[in-house]
Amino acid sequence: MELSINPILLVASLMVASTPILLAAIGEMVVEKAGVLNLGVEGMMIVGAICGFAIAVETGSPAVGFVAAALGGAILSMLFGFLTQYLLSNQVATGLALTLFGLGLSSLMGQGYVGIKPPSTPKLDIPILGDIPVLGPMIFSHDLMVYISLAIVAGVWAFLKYTRGGLILRAVGESHDAAHALGYNVILVRLAAIGFGGACAGLGGAYLSLVRVPQWTEGMTAGAGWIALAIVVFASWRAGRVLLGAYLFGGITVLQLNLQAAGVAIPVELLSMSPYLITILVLVIISSDRNRAALNAPASLGRSFHASS
Amino acid sequence: MTALLSVQGLRKAYPGVVANDDVSFTVGKGEVHALLGENGAGKSTLVKMVYGLVKPDEGQMIFNDGAYTPGSPHEARSTGIAMVFQHFSLFEALDVAENVALGMENPPPMRELAASIREVSETYGLPLDPSRLVGDLSAGERQRVEIIRCLLQDPKLLIMDEPTSVLTPQEVDILFETLRKLQAEGTSILYISHKLEEIRALCDGATILRLGKVVGSCDPREKSARELAEMMVGTELKSPAATRHELGDVALTLKNLSVNSSNPFGTSLKNVSFDVREGEVLGIGGVAGNGQDELLGALSGELKSVSDAVQLGGKPIGHLGPNQRRQLGVLAAPEERLGHAAAPDMSLVENAALSAWVRMGMVRNGFIDWAMARNFAEKVIDDYDVRTPGSANAARALSGGNLQKFVIGREILQKPNILIVNQPTWGVDASAAAAIRQAILDLAAGGAAVVCISQDLDELMEISNRFAALNEGRLSEPRPAQGLTIDEIGLMMGGAHGMEVAHIHEEEGAS
Repeated sequence: MELSINPILLVASLMVASTPILLAAIGEMVVEKAGVLNLGVEGMMIVGAICGFAIAVETGSPAVGFVAAALGGAILSMLFGFLTQYLLSNQVATGLALTLFGLGLSSLMGQGYVGIKPPSTPKLDIPILGDIPVLGPMIFSHDLMVYISLAIVAGVWAFLKYTRGGLILRAVGESHDAAHALGYNVILVRLAAIGFGGACAGLGGAYLSLVRVPQWTEGMTAGAGWIALAIVVFASWRAGRVLLGAYLFGGITVLQLNLQAAGVAIPVELLSMSPYLITILVLVIISSDRNRAALNAPASLGRSFHASS
Repeated sequence: MTALLSVQGLRKAYPGVVANDDVSFTVGKGEVHALLGENGAGKSTLVKMVYGLVKPDEGQMIFNDGAYTPGSPHEARSTGIAMVFQHFSLFEALDVAENVALGMENPPPMRELAASIREVSETYGLPLDPSRLVGDLSAGERQRVEIIRCLLQDPKLLIMDEPTSVLTPQEVDILFETLRKLQAEGTSILYISHKLEEIRALCDGATILRLGKVVGSCDPREKSARELAEMMVGTELKSPAATRHELGDVALTLKNLSVNSSNPFGTSLKNVSFDVREGEVLGIGGVAGNGQDELLGALSGELKSVSDAVQLGGKPIGHLGPNQRRQLGVLAAPEERLGHAAAPDMSLVENAALSAWVRMGMVRNGFIDWAMARNFAEKVIDDYDVRTPGSANAARALSGGNLQKFVIGREILQKPNILIVNQPTWGVDASAAAAIRQAILDLAAGGAAVVCISQDLDELMEISNRFAALNEGRLSEPRPAQGLTIDEIGLMMGGAHGMEVAHIHEEEGAS
C-alpha cells in the first residue's frame, strides 16, 4: 500500500499533540528544580482537563476555561504543597495519592459533561507569517495556547538562568539547608514552584479536553502526566531539552498514528509503544554523560525540609 | 575599647535541652573575640541567635548602641553582621559568583559582581575564579567563597564558626593574615573554635562556654593552652598512652591503587601505595575532600579495584566486596556515623548484627541469631562505655560521641586483623575522643594493623607510628610521625594550595 503522509499536516498536528505534555513537563521541571518531586502531575492534569472543560462549556469561552484549568491544577497542587511542606509527608507517596485522587475527583466532576462538545478554540490567523507557503500552515496557524506554551518554556529558561528569583529557586533545590542558613524562605519558594507546576499541568490537561480531543472522557489523560515526569528526568532538568523531548514524543505519536492509518505492515502494538520507547531512548543518549547529568539534578530533590537546626 | 555587640542574658531552650542559659559577653570595636567551648557547649546556637537564624527565648542584644533584635539573616546582614559557616552554606552545582550573590542583600548584575569578586579576592590574597563551580573547589577555596561573600558586604562584625577545621597549617596562617588585616581596618571578629593555640595567637578576648553557660572570660594571650583547656572541659584531661611494642610483618599493602570516585564532586585516587605492619598505626592526614572517603571505600571493599592493588599479607583482595573482606579480618569504620557507619532508624542490636554477623557467626541457615546479636551489642555498650538506655534504642537517638564509641567498639570487638577508621573522633567530646584513641592504640598493641584517616593533626601525631597525607587523591610517602614538624606536615598536605598572603597594607579596604 502506498504511504500517504502529508509532512505539512504532520508537523502541524505534532505541535498540537505535544502541547499538553510540554505544558505539564515544563511546570514539573520548575517544581523539581526547587527540590520537590511531585508525582501527582497526572492527577493535576486531569483535574485541569475537567475544570477547563466544564467552565468553558458553562461560560462558552475557552479562554475562561483555560484560566479555570490553571486555577484547578494550582489548587490541587496546593493540597500536595500543604501536605509535603507543612506536614512533612513523604513526597512520593503523596504524589501518587494525588494522582489517584485527581482521577477520582475528575470523574465525579465530569459526570454531567460526558458526550458534550466544548466551544471551539479559535485558530489564530496570523497575517503575514501564516501566509508563508509550507511554513505558514505548519507553524503559524495554531491556536494561542500553542504559542503560550512555547512562551512559557522560553520564560522558564530565562527565569532560571538570568533572574535572582530563578537563582534562589535553584539554590533551594540544590541545598535547602544552605538556603535556609542564608535566610531564604525555603517553604515559600517551594510552594510557589508547586503552584506554578500545578497551573501548568492544569493548562496541559485543558488543552487535551478543549483542543486536542476535544471532548470529556474519564481518564482521558491516559498517562500523559507520567510521560511528562519521565521527560523532565531524561531532559536532565533543562528547558530546551524538555521542549525537544515533548515534541519528539508528540511527533512520534502522530507519525505512528499516521502509519497505522496508512496500514504499514508493522504490528500495531509496536507502533503504539514506539513514542515511549524512542523518546526515552533519545533523551537517555543525550544525557548519557552521567557526570554532566548529575550536575543538573537538583541535589535536594524529594527531600523534606524542616528548619530544626 | 567601645562595645560593638553586647549580648545580655541570652537563653535558648529546645525540648529536653537548654542550649544557652544566661549568656552574656561583649565584642569591642576592632576586637577579635573568641567563643571557646567543646562540641555541644552551645557556641553554634549562640551565634545563630546573633545572626538571626534562631530567636532567643530571653535576653537582649545591643549593636552599635541600639537595640538589636534580628528576625532573619537578611536583617543581620543589613545591620552589618556577616557570617562564615562551619558547614559551608554553599551550593555545589552553582558557580562562585552565583553563590556570592545568594549571600548578598542587593547583588549587582553578574558581570559587575564577577569583577568585584576578582578585585576583593586579589586584595585579600584569596584568589578565586568567579565562574568556577563550587563543587569543583577544594575545601580551602570554598571557605574563600564564604569569606569573600562576607567581605563584599563591608561587615562591621564578622562571625567565623570553626573556620580552620578544613585548612592546612599554611592556609591557616594566610587566613590569619587576612583576619588581622580586617581587624586593622576596624572590623570586629567573633571567632568560634576549640583549637586553643589558634585562639591564643589571634584573639584579644575570649568567652568560654560549657554546657550552654558562660564559665569564664579571659585574655587568651595571658593564659596557657592547658589553662584554657581546663576551663573549657571543666576537668583535667587524660591523654592516651601508647605502649611500646614490636611491629610484626607487613599486614596490608596498597600497590598503585587507582579508583574513580562514585561521587561527581569526589576525588579519584591516583596511584596510592603504602604498607602497614602488624601492630602499627598509619595516620593519613589531609584536607577533607582530597580522597579520604574514596580511600576508606577502596580499603573496606565498597569501591572495588584491580585485585593486585590491595593485598592482605601478600594475597590480592582488591576485587572482594565488604563482606568477603570482613571474613578475612579487614574491618572499617567510616566517617559519616548516621547513614554510613550505622543505619539511623535501626536499633543498636540490628546495627551490631549488620556489620558483625559475618565474623561472629550470627547467621545460621539464613536465620539471624538475635540473642547472640543482642549479647554482642550489649558487650560493645559495656566495654566501650556507650551511654544509652538499652541496646533496643535506635542509633539516631545516641549522641555523636556515644554512637562513635559504639561504631568503633563494634569493629574492634570483632577482633580485626586490619582496621580502617575515618575521622574516629570527629564531633566527639574530649573525654570520649581520648577513650576512642586509647582503644585504637590498644588494638594496635594487640597486633592488628590500623589505618587512621583524620583531619585532626594533633590526633594523628598522638596515635600514629607513621604519617602520610592525601592531596588531590595522591598519597605522600609515609614518614615516621615522631619528629615531624607542623611545617613539614603542611607541605605534605599540599602547602597553601595557591593562596597568597594579603598584599595590600596601606590602601583603603576594598569593598
